[in-house]
Amino acid sequence: MLDTTSLKTTPLTALNIELGGKMVGFAGYEMPVQFAPGVMKEHLHTRARAGLFDVSHMGQVLLRPKSGKVEDAALALERLVPVDILGVKPGRQRYALFTDARGGILDDLMVANRGDHLYVVVNASCKEQDVAHMRTHLSDLCEVVELTDRALVALQGPEAEAALSALAPEVAAMAFMDVRGVRILGVDCIVSRSGYSGEDGYEVSVPADTAVALVRKLLENPDVQPIGLGARDSLRLEAGLCLYGNDIDTTTTPVAAALEWAVQKVRRSGGTRAGGFPGADVILAEFDQGAPRRRVGIAPEGRAPIRGGTALFADETSTTPVGQITSGGFGPTTETPVAMGYVATALAQSGTRLFAELRGKRLPVTVADLPFITPRYKR
Amino acid sequence: MLKYTEDHEWLSIADGVATVGITSHAVEQLGDLVFVDLPQVGAALARNDSAATVESVKAASDVYCPLDGEVLEVNEAIVNDPAIVNADPQGAGWFYKLKLANPAEAEALMDEAAYLALVG
Repeated sequence: MLDTTSLKTTPLTALNIELGGKMVGFAGYEMPVQFAPGVMKEHLHTRARAGLFDVSHMGQVLLRPKSGKVEDAALALERLVPVDILGVKPGRQRYALFTDARGGILDDLMVANRGDHLYVVVNASCKEQDVAHMRTHLSDLCEVVELTDRALVALQGPEAEAALSALAPEVAAMAFMDVRGVRILGVDCIVSRSGYSGEDGYEVSVPADTAVALVRKLLENPDVQPIGLGARDSLRLEAGLCLYGNDIDTTTTPVAAALEWAVQKVRRSGGTRAGGFPGADVILAEFDQGAPRRRVGIAPEGRAPIRGGTALFADETSTTPVGQITSGGFGPTTETPVAMGYVATALAQSGTRLFAELRGKRLPVTVADLPFITPRYKR
Repeated sequence: MLKYTEDHEWLSIADGVATVGITSHAVEQLGDLVFVDLPQVGAALARNDSAATVESVKAASDVYCPLDGEVLEVNEAIVNDPAIVNADPQGAGWFYKLKLANPAEAEALMDEAAYLALVG
């Protein structure tokens, strides 16, 4: 049995156990790694129908501008991220990165403009430091409010729209990365059309005391099944999405991580709000000169999954690695092993053949374009 | 003679040859298998050598050799379709056949009742 004495729970932990979740410790929380069907079936169900994920361990934070003007909160947050936050329109959200003075990545996050304030979602494993970081650097202009009385559930897959719009018809009209306040089961929820699976879907922030009722209601729909963290990981890996702590961390920069798209031109050299974030000198120089290594997809040629930490070599005999796998496993949808990792930039071209050292053998792999599946976001 | 190990392997022993696989309990713990790596036919294995590797969607695990012996035959069918192990771990999902160096040593392994007590 899992020793849960030191683990925190979410508003949905008891329900996850009741639903047959196999509970593990993750980022300090007691979370379901899988339910009875297992990772493979849960993954495939999400891509075919709709999967429901408890992601209440993630941090939800409001940035309320003391001036009352959301632009002031946006400009304040731009001190910490190399991202155009001012350009996020009301009702929209954008992916962002907290960077450090060396240009490394402290966390990745989602930032939504809610009209008169910003709503931020950060990773569970980083949320205490993220909240402290924002309090330290933004408190002159913003009130930093951690929402500890809300659950967060993700509903992902092609049937997500039908399932959620049965409870709140207006969510059907939302486009990818739209964010709205929506009444569901009589309570105020924050709904975004986004996720971490490569599928269309929603993330719903719901008051803690209504979370169980919402999940039970959604599960009445036979297309909706509860999904554990195991399938959440295989889904995001096929979708080419980074996991903080594996694929990005303080040793990786936005350019090395192939996340240039997250740094809008207005924050790059020559932009009207260029720089002004931690590590700007390093990060902006890499936009001009490139980074020494780069995150790429890795497609193993054989059947063996190649997991995080595995060294990559240029050939079958060389002794100096040219890269390393940061996430890897089996893709239930691709029906092949899938991985991502960092390689020397000269070897980052798709189609480059490399070798992964696994159990003393050098196995051929190919640098591949990400994602491994075709995302089905509703743009 | 059917025997079990604490590492969740089963051995079906006849005429000094053990057919070796992993137990239903092990398969439940591992989840869906996606890859199996088997020993070479003819390999001489010692007890507690890593004889095979299985990978589930979640993780890789070693399958240890339960007794000293020589690999006579391996089940290529599970290499081509690891799901056979999930479907029938103690039948069609066998891993390899081991010619035991000292068949008498098998007596010290657990019988089914002892194994079932171990896994509760």
